[in-house]
Amino acid sequence: MDALITLILEFAIPTLVVSAIFIAILTFLLPREVRTIFKRELKSYFASPIAYVLFVVFLGISNTLSFFFTGILEGGEADLFLPYFQYLPWYLVLIAPAVGMRLWSEEQRLGTMELLLTMPIAPWHAILGKYLAAAVVLFGMLVLSFPIVWTINYLGDPDNGVIMAGFVATFFVALCFLAVTSVISAMTRSQLVALLVSVALCMVLWLGGLPNISELLMNMKGGWLIFWPIVKLVNAVGLMPHFSELAKGVLGFRDIIFFLTFIAFCLFATSVAIRLRRA
Amino acid sequence: MIEVENLHKHFGAKVAVDGVSFTVKKGEVLGFLGPNGAGKSTTMRMVTGFLPATEGRISIGGADIEENEIAAKAKIGYLPEAAPLYSDMTVEDFLRFSAELRGVPSSELSTAVDKAIQTTFLEPVRHQSVDTLSKGYRHRTCFAQSIIHDPEVLILDEPTDGLDPNQKHEVRQLIKRMGETKAIIFSTHILEEVEASCTRAIIIDRGRVIADGTPDELKAKSKNAGSVFLTVSGLAGSGIQSELEKLSEADSVKVIASSDDSLEARVLPAKGKADELSPAIYQLCKDKDLTVSELRIDQGRLDELFREITKTDSED
Repeated sequence: MDALITLILEFAIPTLVVSAIFIAILTFLLPREVRTIFKRELKSYFASPIAYVLFVVFLGISNTLSFFFTGILEGGEADLFLPYFQYLPWYLVLIAPAVGMRLWSEEQRLGTMELLLTMPIAPWHAILGKYLAAAVVLFGMLVLSFPIVWTINYLGDPDNGVIMAGFVATFFVALCFLAVTSVISAMTRSQLVALLVSVALCMVLWLGGLPNISELLMNMKGGWLIFWPIVKLVNAVGLMPHFSELAKGVLGFRDIIFFLTFIAFCLFATSVAIRLRRA
Repeated sequence: MIEVENLHKHFGAKVAVDGVSFTVKKGEVLGFLGPNGAGKSTTMRMVTGFLPATEGRISIGGADIEENEIAAKAKIGYLPEAAPLYSDMTVEDFLRFSAELRGVPSSELSTAVDKAIQTTFLEPVRHQSVDTLSKGYRHRTCFAQSIIHDPEVLILDEPTDGLDPNQKHEVRQLIKRMGETKAIIFSTHILEEVEASCTRAIIIDRGRVIADGTPDELKAKSKNAGSVFLTVSGLAGSGIQSELEKLSEADSVKVIASSDDSLEARVLPAKGKADELSPAIYQLCKDKDLTVSELRIDQGRLDELFREITKTDSED
């Protein structure tokens, strides 16, 4: 019972507050065109089986793997960060591109791109509306992973602030993966190509931040020459360090600004990709 | 309403549109004719702002499509060639979505959707999902979204493609009716359609405008325009033929069928004498006491003109 009350007080209420803020921004701050496109896009996620399948896959993987393979139950410590959040971005490397792959490639395959882009709207209306819809799907996935939080609270007395920070950090990483997918899906009419390329890129972005990988590349024979610029670049945009900082419960503005800049850059790149496809 | 000046479009080295200019005023319906790949769709895509032009200027009701993109696009209703639709929506939801994006105020949404559904005869499939629609209904649904905001300019890329003859007729009537208050461009392969609904037509080939005029003016340019087709009897065919050839108004006589006492032939007029040819023939028949069973002036045919002027280009 206590665990349930904790869940409601420390997770459900903040989630509702965040949702309310999002709805308020969408309703009062963003133009009607963004809202219209957002609504259509969100509806179409749930009009096809894809969203449900992804929900089941994500929740299935994240919960079972975390429960059984990461030793969360044997650990004795009710610290959710290490076993759970360390693995979550790995699943999202797959799941976020699967959510976002249809964003623009579907428009190109159906030919509706021609309708959408001849409507009296600015391209950013469409880009943002679509992106937000996919972001809400990812948000829903994270919200629905509440049973694990409940379990931890039932079994012990964890620091829920750290768990919340873990979710926030994970969500930002998911948003970055989604933004990368948005760019790639604007470049192809095939959802499969969009998925594969996005997964590969997200993997690089995620792995690129791993210290071991950078060292490995640098220590290879001649690696200094060949990989140095790449390692530097990937390290600079690697998501892992920012994720780790944020997930530790240090709500650093630097990291949040990094994530937001990354997303904004990708959405801008999406508009460039769309323009290039037209010309 | 629509002003297009010296429009060019290059795709890499390929020149798709090569200096097209035209204007369409309110109350005009402009037919776009041309062989496949002539540049019709590319031109329309530039006019609607989907494709950027390589060179040239397009203005819609005074708003430049590149400098004042949103204002220009708001005046346009566009039916793309493939009539694309979101397959996971119902007809009504799709039209509501289009109306919202096209700037119809919230309070008028339902009225606009109802009106578009009525105009395009979509009532029976109103709540049906788009992916279960037949081709004709899909096409009309896309047509409905183009007129939902009652635009000043309509751009329709092959609006009757894939429709059955009854639906084709309905759409032509619709275009003609709407053309009274709007500026309309529509492309087609069907030449009767031009005569049925256009006030003006242009023929495009290899990215250039090669003919421009009212359907009647264009027909008059065809090879057989002004020629007289006749069936007469009362004399041997060869005799009648030589009499006809003597006429100063006639250039040549093409015999279709000739017998001992009749002739079926086409008489081509001498240059500048097209108007005088048929009275002269009539007078001749009267003088020689011939029985005229058929005498008709060929107004020229669009398909003839079309073939004549686009033939060499489409063959290579």
